[in-house]
Amino acid sequence: MRYSVFSLIRNAFSGHTDWPAAWREPEPRAYYDTIIVGGGGHGLATAYYLAKEHGVTDLAVVEKGYLGSGNVGRNTTIIRSNYLMPANTGFYEWSLKLWEGLEQDFNFNAMVSQRGVLNLFHSDAQRDASARRGNAMRLNGVDAELLDREQVRRMVPLLDMENARFPVKGGLLQPRGGTVRHDAVAWGYARGADQRGVDLLQNCEVTGIRVQDGRVVGVETTRGFIGARRVGLACAGHSSHVAAMAGLRLPIETHVLQAFVSEGVKPVLDQVVTYGAGHFYISQSDKGGLVFGGDLDGYNSYAQRGNMPVVEEVMEMGLQLFPAFSRLRYVRQWGGVMDMSMDGSPIIDRTPIAGLYLNCGWCYGGFKATPASGWCFAWTIAKDEPHRLNAGFRLDRFATGHVIDEKGAGTTPNLH
Amino acid sequence: MNGAQPMRLAAGGAIDRARPLGFTFDGRAYAGFAGDTLASALLANGVRLMGRSFKYHRPRGPWGAGAEEPNALVELRTGARREPNTRATVIELFDGLVAQSQNRWPSLRFDVMGVNGLFAPIFTAGFYYKTFMWPASFWEKLYEPIIRRAAGLGRAAREPDPDEYDRSHLFCDVLVIGAGPAGLAAALAAARSGARVVLADEDVRPGGRLLAEAHEIDSAPGVLWAERVAGELAGMANVTLLARTTVFGLFDHGAFAALERVADHLPEPAPHQVRQRLWRIQARRAVLAAGAIERPIAFGGNDRPGVMAASAVRAYLHRWAVLPGRRGVVFTASDDGWRTADALLAAGASVEAVVDARPDPPAALMRAAGARGLRVHAGAQVVGTHGHLGLQAVDVRLPSGSSLGIDCDLLAVSGGWNPTVHLASHQGAKPVWDAALAAFVPGRLPEGLAVAGAAAGRFTLAACLADGAEAGRAAASACGHAAAPLVLPRAADEPAAQAAFFHVPGPRGKAFVDFQNDVTVKDVKQAAREGYRSVEHAKRYTTLGMATDQGKTANVVGLAILAEATGRSIEATGTTIFRPPYTPVAMGAIVGHHRGRDFRPARHTPMHDWAAENGASFVEVGPWYRAQWYARPGEKGWRDSVDREAEAVRRAVGVCDVSTLGKIEVVGRDAAAFLDFVYTSMISTLPVGRVRYGLMLREDGLVFDDGTCARMGPERFFITTTTANAGRVMQHLEFCHQVLKPAMDVSFLSVTDRWAQVSIAGPRSRDLVAMLVGPGVDLSTAAFPHMSAAEVEVCGQVPARLFRLSFSGEMAYELGVPADFGDALMRHIMQVGAPLGLVPYGTEALSVLRVEKGHPAGGELNGHTTARDLGLGGMMSRKKDYVGRRLAERPAFTDPARPILVGFKPVDRGQELKSGAHFLDPGAEARIENDQGYMTSVAFSPALGHSIGLGLLARGRERIGQQVRAYDPVRNRDIVVEVCHPVFIDPEGDRTRG
Repeated sequence: MRYSVFSLIRNAFSGHTDWPAAWREPEPRAYYDTIIVGGGGHGLATAYYLAKEHGVTDLAVVEKGYLGSGNVGRNTTIIRSNYLMPANTGFYEWSLKLWEGLEQDFNFNAMVSQRGVLNLFHSDAQRDASARRGNAMRLNGVDAELLDREQVRRMVPLLDMENARFPVKGGLLQPRGGTVRHDAVAWGYARGADQRGVDLLQNCEVTGIRVQDGRVVGVETTRGFIGARRVGLACAGHSSHVAAMAGLRLPIETHVLQAFVSEGVKPVLDQVVTYGAGHFYISQSDKGGLVFGGDLDGYNSYAQRGNMPVVEEVMEMGLQLFPAFSRLRYVRQWGGVMDMSMDGSPIIDRTPIAGLYLNCGWCYGGFKATPASGWCFAWTIAKDEPHRLNAGFRLDRFATGHVIDEKGAGTTPNLH
Repeated sequence: MNGAQPMRLAAGGAIDRARPLGFTFDGRAYAGFAGDTLASALLANGVRLMGRSFKYHRPRGPWGAGAEEPNALVELRTGARREPNTRATVIELFDGLVAQSQNRWPSLRFDVMGVNGLFAPIFTAGFYYKTFMWPASFWEKLYEPIIRRAAGLGRAAREPDPDEYDRSHLFCDVLVIGAGPAGLAAALAAARSGARVVLADEDVRPGGRLLAEAHEIDSAPGVLWAERVAGELAGMANVTLLARTTVFGLFDHGAFAALERVADHLPEPAPHQVRQRLWRIQARRAVLAAGAIERPIAFGGNDRPGVMAASAVRAYLHRWAVLPGRRGVVFTASDDGWRTADALLAAGASVEAVVDARPDPPAALMRAAGARGLRVHAGAQVVGTHGHLGLQAVDVRLPSGSSLGIDCDLLAVSGGWNPTVHLASHQGAKPVWDAALAAFVPGRLPEGLAVAGAAAGRFTLAACLADGAEAGRAAASACGHAAAPLVLPRAADEPAAQAAFFHVPGPRGKAFVDFQNDVTVKDVKQAAREGYRSVEHAKRYTTLGMATDQGKTANVVGLAILAEATGRSIEATGTTIFRPPYTPVAMGAIVGHHRGRDFRPARHTPMHDWAAENGASFVEVGPWYRAQWYARPGEKGWRDSVDREAEAVRRAVGVCDVSTLGKIEVVGRDAAAFLDFVYTSMISTLPVGRVRYGLMLREDGLVFDDGTCARMGPERFFITTTTANAGRVMQHLEFCHQVLKPAMDVSFLSVTDRWAQVSIAGPRSRDLVAMLVGPGVDLSTAAFPHMSAAEVEVCGQVPARLFRLSFSGEMAYELGVPADFGDALMRHIMQVGAPLGLVPYGTEALSVLRVEKGHPAGGELNGHTTARDLGLGGMMSRKKDYVGRRLAERPAFTDPARPILVGFKPVDRGQELKSGAHFLDPGAEARIENDQGYMTSVAFSPALGHSIGLGLLARGRERIGQQVRAYDPVRNRDIVVEVCHPVFIDPEGDRTRG
């Protein structure tokens, strides 16, 4: 049933008892042409675009928990394409374009809100770096505006412009950036994929990848062996672990990243704002809660929880920007595990094993990338070669030096 | 005297009737007593309408009497201290308290937004995922602004918080969380063993449920026992009692976080008093005795003001001497609910009926009720309620199926107790369903944590006391403190059975599961029907449990309904994940004093005061404040000052404070070999008394940092780093030593703070330095050439280090003295240098001078450049191995098309260059494919009289003399520049060596 205000009203008369399930809960078949491992945002998007763009419908997504149980429901919901490195800018801009038409495309309101992303800067050197990035964006056809201090003050009235340790000197604004209701992205893709015949297999954990003569032939799961001609891995923080089942050692470390939400209040912040003298980002959800986060906890971990030192650091930065939020209470903190790559950029590529494809290394850029990641990964699987947009996200780039190091932080995953 | 408080009982309660307190709610004045909460005081005044719900703006009164409260949320205080969404049930009343209702317009009694209720058939679970999609552009312009304004609850303050907060640490053997009967017994047992005990409780006074119940211990009111135990604990040196303190999180390795509300019970904190304090408690063992929270039952109209938790009714009666209603009905699925009827009768209220959803309540209860003349309906259910802004009647469905209307103004609801398991689950272990108990109890426990009393599902008083005492003893014993078993006081094992009864089928009207977010039974069922069958899906789809009360009352009821709707057991359905904080925590408390200018420490050089006295403007450089320039009277702007300073250096002599540069002593038998390993160039061949410019690469072959390396002795080096990388270089050296070259005999000492250092630069620098170090030091170029180092004395008495180095391209020295002499040195230099035309110069002039000389600095050392990119390829030794050498040879890093450092001049010399501009070939379209590089640093060169720049340009060295566009659309600039050699002044270096 198509979702619209009309179907909503029609169903109101029947007490909403006629809505079909958003997706089926099928039993696994013995064989699929293609299997995507990981029912998070990227895996579901991949399945959706494989079915929609490439006609691949003999397809299953296997998920160890529930759909969207990973980082797609565990992030700060920001979308943007304000990147510096050309390989990133083109890709993330395509992602933003997909976001812009996504809800109409998959008929699910994910509340894509292009409210603007404002990256603050606090020194002349940062201003110059922001200008460099803004100019790179403009060369890529991406919207970017460099704001001075007064423009920032007018745009974000609750910012502390007087008493901060590192005073705000201006900001780089991407007006088309914004936020999205994160869970709805997983659900929208899931529903769209299911409608096109994709089997979404929940509570189905992959325990092994079967390879014969250098070619993938299927996956062992907690619901039995499932054969497949092609297997795509989209396992985010668990990528190293899953790829190891096929004997692959990835240039990935897994780290925990925390995020926070405050109690709901009437509108106080209309943009996404990021802090330049540290690592902090914040927006206000449509429901009224402030959603914010900062740096990784710093140590390698698979635990989806963090510790107090980073909680304190994140909130310190928050109140540096918005001292009026001091009396607001945070109601929930959570942790996600991040697949941190060696240069801070992702990998969407074939692997040395025929029929096995890899999508990982999202660091904490994964959410905003969801549509383009799925779109490019679907292309890569369907055509057995990367699309132009993900041609830079190669697995072997570390050997050749064609790294995509946005921050210039080097081969230290927890610094990206 | 109760005239103003019509619902206040004549006697009883833990309130101080001698201390009346005045307060206002929605502008109307009321009176209460010390010991009241805002909720109890309002109820005493006959006010039960305290809030409006989130979605339908339904009128709401308090459901509970504690931290779990979903309904009675108010804006407390005003102006900069306004606190939205504050639970009236835990606000301690103070004189002059001001509170307002929220999320209503124009008033709480008449809220226009109540019209939302009419759209309820549409505003069902997740309705917004199905609409507002057309046209796409309307979301930001129309739909979202309306939704945002309607959403949220209270209003945040819009001014900086005037109050202070603190962060403190506590260490103990045994942390006891909760000072109810189990917690007090645990703390006492542990404390008597001599263990260091911390007892924390969110309430202002100890006792927990004892404060709310008529329980007896040793044949006296239980409260007296609690006070006696608390008194004994307070007198023990090994015990720390934390009242008004909520332990809100358990983190890895036994780290707890707790919030102490130091001054929230006061109109504002006393001078120098903090409002709240964050405690980080490191405990070897902990006992969770957090009690339990009564769960609601979902039935039609179960949210009407006057419908309350039965336990809350007893709390208002016993603790606050408040009658929550005059005509009560009890609706229960537990034995415990029955006690409410007794309590109401004892307070003089009428009890119209006890409705027990269970078909056969315990005979003893039935007999006792009969003896009191109570009307009991077993196997019956409340299906609906009546009343506009408050309860007036309930509809009861009898076992026969017939319906019975009962007039009442209070419905006490007991759905049974949920153990407060939250902290036991913060490390990820899920609670498990105990079918016999009809409750979730803690599952696998984190190491070092025990759970006692009601939190462990032991609901009777005697069991709580025994359980707590044993848990306290065991915890102390595990810390090496043997304790005798506590002699337990006498208490009863009152009836405490409860049924797994969560909602009434066929409700009349909306049956709420999550009061605050307006999630109904129908919503949960719809979510299940639509495929949101995982408990996490249902939560996220319906927003169940996602309000400020964090689902304390809603979650178990919700998942039980989900289990039923999906045909699974409660056990198989499971709970969502419990995460900190247990109750909402103000961000200010987490931040403590680290706010405003105190966000990060401020580092001042030893010459800071001198600079401030001499007109310096300071700039933040990492944690440092550095002098940017020294303004003189008559100068119209910073450029005047900077131009003057730079010119003075080129013409005469200038002095610059460079104390912030990182300084590291490297000593040891293998010091030279080690430095060979971390620098690209050979260091071991450096003679004592000589200095070499050094470049460090990261492991990936890109430039990490640059600085100087002076050999002060055969096994002793003094190296400098950039200001920004001082800490990271130290870290890098330690890593390289400890991990890569552990066998080497070398050690490092960061001495950045130990030396005050100045740069003295300009053609007359030698004259000035001579006056400082005295005639005994031969400064001639022959004796002390460029790149020399020596230990000298200043003024014949202060030990100093002298280096001949140049960043400016002029003849220049760096002179370091022990930090304590820095200020005196600077004043002395200014005095003796005056006749030479000496001026102090700041970081801006320093930057001008280095750009004129083409030295790479921050803009070029940006983590993206190779040594070759910077024209420093010659420093990459081929005779030895060093960090980064191998990866620097990767194809991408040796590509001849890489952007390389060159200089730039505006073709129209009057134009200003800007860093961050990108280079395009003249005539090329502004597209990323045509990007040729970018400008990294610019300056106005007073020596040349025009703007100059450094930048990275593809094949730049081959393009010297050509023109490119400096394209800068974010600043609306696009100018033509000429590519030139990056060294603008004295490319031969004669002035440096002079």
